Amino acid sequence: MFTLGPIGFTAPLLLLVLLALPVLWLVLRAVPPAPILRRFPGVALLLGLSDDETTTDRTPWWLLVLRMLAVALVIAGFAGPVLNPQSERAGSGPLLIVMDATWADARDWQNRIDRVETLVSDAGRAGRTVAIVRLTDLPQGDLPFQAAADWAARLGGLTPNPWTPDAGKVTDWATQLTGQFESFWLSDGLFHAARTTVLAALESHGPVTVFESPRPVLALRPAVLEDGVVKLTALRARATGESVVAIAARGLDPAGTERVLASIEARFAAQATEAQVALSLPAELRNRVTRFEITGARSAGAVTLTDDGLKRREVALIAGRDDREGLELLSPLHYLKQALVPTADLIDGTLEDILLANPDAIIFADVARVSGPEQDALLEWIENGGLLLRFAGPGLAGSDVSRSTLDPLMPVRLREGGRSVGGAMSWGEPKTLRPFAGDSPFYGLPVPEEVNVLAQVMAQPDPDLAEKVIAALTDGTPLVTRKRIGQGQVILVHVTANAEWSSLPLSGLFVQMLERLAISTRSTQPGIDELGGTTWAPRNVLNAFGGLADGSDLPGVTGEMLVAGALGPALQPGIYDGEDRQIAVNVARADTVLVPYAWPARITIQGLGVSAETVLKGFALMVALALLAADIVASLFLSGRLRGPRGGLLTALVVGFAALALPADTRAQGTAQDADALALLATPKVVLGHVVTGDPALDAMAQAGLSGLSDTLFRRTSIEPAEPMAVNLETDELAFFPFLYWPVSTRQPMPSVEAYTRLNRYLRSGGMILFDTRDAHIGGFGSGTPEGNKLQQLARPLNIPPLEPIPSDHVLTRTFYLLQDFPGRYASRDVWVEASARDAEQIEGMPFRNLNDGVTPVVIGGNDWAAAWAVDARGAALYPVGRGYAGERQREIASRFGVNLLMYVLTGNYKSDQVHVPALLDRLGQ
Amino acid sequence: MSKANTLPDPQNGQQPGQRSGQRLRSRSETLASTMPPLLADASHLAATVVLGAHGRRRSGMGDEFWQYRPMAVGDEARMIDWRRSARSDGQFIKEKEWQAAQSVLIWVDGSQSMTFSGDPDRVTKSDRARLLALAMSVLLVRGGERVGLSSIGQLPRSGPVQLVRIAEALTSEQTTGDYGVPETKGLPFRSRAIFVSDFMGDLAPVEAALAKAADRGVRGAMLQVLDPTEESFPFDGRTIFESMGGSLRHETLKAGDLRGRYLERLAARKDRLAHLARQTGWQFHTHHSDTSAQAALLWLYRATERVS
Repeated sequence: MFTLGPIGFTAPLLLLVLLALPVLWLVLRAVPPAPILRRFPGVALLLGLSDDETTTDRTPWWLLVLRMLAVALVIAGFAGPVLNPQSERAGSGPLLIVMDATWADARDWQNRIDRVETLVSDAGRAGRTVAIVRLTDLPQGDLPFQAAADWAARLGGLTPNPWTPDAGKVTDWATQLTGQFESFWLSDGLFHAARTTVLAALESHGPVTVFESPRPVLALRPAVLEDGVVKLTALRARATGESVVAIAARGLDPAGTERVLASIEARFAAQATEAQVALSLPAELRNRVTRFEITGARSAGAVTLTDDGLKRREVALIAGRDDREGLELLSPLHYLKQALVPTADLIDGTLEDILLANPDAIIFADVARVSGPEQDALLEWIENGGLLLRFAGPGLAGSDVSRSTLDPLMPVRLREGGRSVGGAMSWGEPKTLRPFAGDSPFYGLPVPEEVNVLAQVMAQPDPDLAEKVIAALTDGTPLVTRKRIGQGQVILVHVTANAEWSSLPLSGLFVQMLERLAISTRSTQPGIDELGGTTWAPRNVLNAFGGLADGSDLPGVTGEMLVAGALGPALQPGIYDGEDRQIAVNVARADTVLVPYAWPARITIQGLGVSAETVLKGFALMVALALLAADIVASLFLSGRLRGPRGGLLTALVVGFAALALPADTRAQGTAQDADALALLATPKVVLGHVVTGDPALDAMAQAGLSGLSDTLFRRTSIEPAEPMAVNLETDELAFFPFLYWPVSTRQPMPSVEAYTRLNRYLRSGGMILFDTRDAHIGGFGSGTPEGNKLQQLARPLNIPPLEPIPSDHVLTRTFYLLQDFPGRYASRDVWVEASARDAEQIEGMPFRNLNDGVTPVVIGGNDWAAAWAVDARGAALYPVGRGYAGERQREIASRFGVNLLMYVLTGNYKSDQVHVPALLDRLGQ
Repeated sequence: MSKANTLPDPQNGQQPGQRSGQRLRSRSETLASTMPPLLADASHLAATVVLGAHGRRRSGMGDEFWQYRPMAVGDEARMIDWRRSARSDGQFIKEKEWQAAQSVLIWVDGSQSMTFSGDPDRVTKSDRARLLALAMSVLLVRGGERVGLSSIGQLPRSGPVQLVRIAEALTSEQTTGDYGVPETKGLPFRSRAIFVSDFMGDLAPVEAALAKAADRGVRGAMLQVLDPTEESFPFDGRTIFESMGGSLRHETLKAGDLRGRYLERLAARKDRLAHLARQTGWQFHTHHSDTSAQAALLWLYRATERVS
């Protein structure tokens, strides 16, 4: 393929035609534009005038250039230009592609896969077998050399792993390779222990080429909470000048959706590979943060998950008695506050308020009894994971709580009175603590010698007492007992929370015990001595891209491994659940440093860049076409055809093409404006509406009918409607119309679902529709006639209540005129309205039933009212009704029905109150 | 270009001509309805004996009462106004004011150059000229004057029937020649004349006509009707210009370059016409077919009005 810079040509010989361009130039230059013939009376004045110069008939140079360019582009286009033509990588023999596939690869993993795809397809064309190996997930046995096509199908399934290669395993694997092959190594660029040995091993089998991405590798050390601010450290592998990375704190917002809660920028100094930044967050917000990440890095290393180390528990303290004034040190809560204030958020208030705040723990200091509802609420809260910590005291000892039966809020039954040891009035030594048992949450805490207990409440020796004790005195009596309720627990400390009964609150052990109970949180990472022997279940694990996946199907991890183990398939980064707390294992530890690997000089290093082939033929031809179009306009301009009489048309065409670019916008504006216009037309006055049926004659008749009715209303009543309007169910807003006339036509298409939604909303919100089948009910209600069937179809999706023929005492019969018949052009009795309530009863002496509720949303009939109402522009009736005087009378009654109907629509059942008129008159003494 | 729009269709015979005559008439009436009836300036009316609207401020033939005078010797007995005489002892004779009418001859250029319009939406020059001519006729007839169209060849007459004749003549007029030549045939002495044309053709016949008119003591107005295109010459590029009849051709390679010189020649022509008008006591005005006809009519009205 012939190439020019980044562009290659598939048919380069065609480019020779470009040599003909100068000839074309000469030809085009010599031909002047064709003259236009114009009729012009003023020619008489022109006679004898000669042109100043004779060279102006030549085509101007810029037009020539335009045409040349267009022709050149056509030639070049057919020569088949290709951007970034691919040159194939030569080679023979088996090919081994080694990928680091660590978290550092994740950021540009797709580029790596693309690169591998190119390598594999090249190898396939050369007939080479290929093996692809990920160092973080080594294959068992020999190298999997397979045909390139097999690998090409599996490339999409290759993923990086969020850990680094295990040096020992990789070395073992590399040293036992056999055979001759060429190696391509897609490296993440970071130093790791086995890289040199693996390189040496690969080189002993054949040439090695290394591919590396120039993008910086970024990582984020775990967040540390110091002095109330979160300290974050971003790392990079190479000190490549100043740069800024954005770190986002993500977590759940109060609505429960994950979002960025805060963000901050970390600035790398020019020569630094670390950038520190302190993020000050309110405690409430900080507790919500689940992860910090470097924005846009998309790698597990750039994510650091947070665990309890960043959280502050919300703890509520409730004392059983009032603080004694002036004796602060004797306050039951003093030592608790001292211990908790640095590490937890304390909540004050009554128990009800506290429970609403849903704290992590509630501490009762010598609270004996809570009321029934409070107890229920507390139990519910505990079952959902709350921790109730109770301290004993004189109040609890003196009460009968949990004496004979186990109180739900107590872990054990208590013996009456408690005991006092080592005091002035008692025998025996003050008791000290026994070392904590292995199954106790306090296991491993050192027991100070000086802690002694002078008094305690005693637990009843129930059969299950032993398993409830988590701390005991040297004599075996329980000091701390625990009972689990649902997901939560109740813990009773058998001494007081102040120093009255024991010196425990004075010791450091008190604070440590609170920490172990996860009431307060520690500020340091747990050590191996603390976690030894425990097992942790992975809850969520990170993938290499920094996303979280469910980890509940992975095996548990021992505490030792959690603290000291290297990341690998057995210990994946993520969140691990312990008994009372969570520990986050992150890719980057607190001591992680990113070190770039310096490849030996003999190794060729290539970038990952793969530029796809782009065929430019279409583009070139398009531009040529555009240039030719411009040439048309320019030629017209030159020959004067753009100006003069017909220039306007051409300009309009050009503008029209330009305007084609924005059709959608203007349409949207149009509909919005239409809606506004409709609202402006329909709202200043009462406007009657008729539904557009699609039958022009029928629509005109309905319009004339409503305009006749509007005139009648205007003349006779205080309703002064404006001109009636045609309402399109599909597009128009119905809410502006109190009344819709709907002549049923068999030719009307069924309205859309949206239209029915609007219709139902209209009926619900107080609109009324008058259905008119115009068939004089010759087939009975809703059956027989085509219009009747159509009405049934049309009305089926509507929310129409049960119907009945208008009863003789219906309010429609007397809203304005007293009517018993409701004729239109036809005089049929059957007009249907919503059935009146079943319990409507006629009161003795009253002319009408008491029908005070509900205006019927529909009136259905077949009397062709619009035809009876219809008038022309001069107010003369359009359609004949009946014969002679009787006919005119019928038309009059039809108009009266219209008046009554509109009165009914606009005033509701107001006239129904007429039923009370006799009573009111009676009361007035008349 | 717009020939088809403006020329009468030869195949349709007389009917459309009459219809378009009525249309032209109604348009002219509308145009003229905003002005009072026109009494044309008639300073030399002694020669005419036709009754008309111009009171001569002395007794003579006419409709208006002038004075009663005692009977003198030589008066015939039938001249005595008995009603007046019965009120006194003497005999009185009722004299009427001597009234005479002015004659106005209108020439509308019917040549092909008048059928030009630079824009399909614009009326042709001929349309505008005929409209103005008929509107003037309407005004004059209402004023009681006698009006004639030089192409009819009859003496000017008064009365509504003459309007009908003029309207018919204007609409049925066949275009002849590339450029129009003023017709002065039957121009009465001391009458008035109105020439409406584009004056684009040879000026010699115009000069001759004016000279002849001046000889006969006729004064009048020349209204030059031009299309805006003829004033602006908005052409460019290689163009062949052809007169409407095709008798004249001019080819240029760069029409834009001719614009300046064309406009100079046009201005010179207007100057020449204005000069001619001054010499013969006529008035000259240029009207553009894109401006309101009312303005041109107003100018014609002023130019023809009696100055007293």
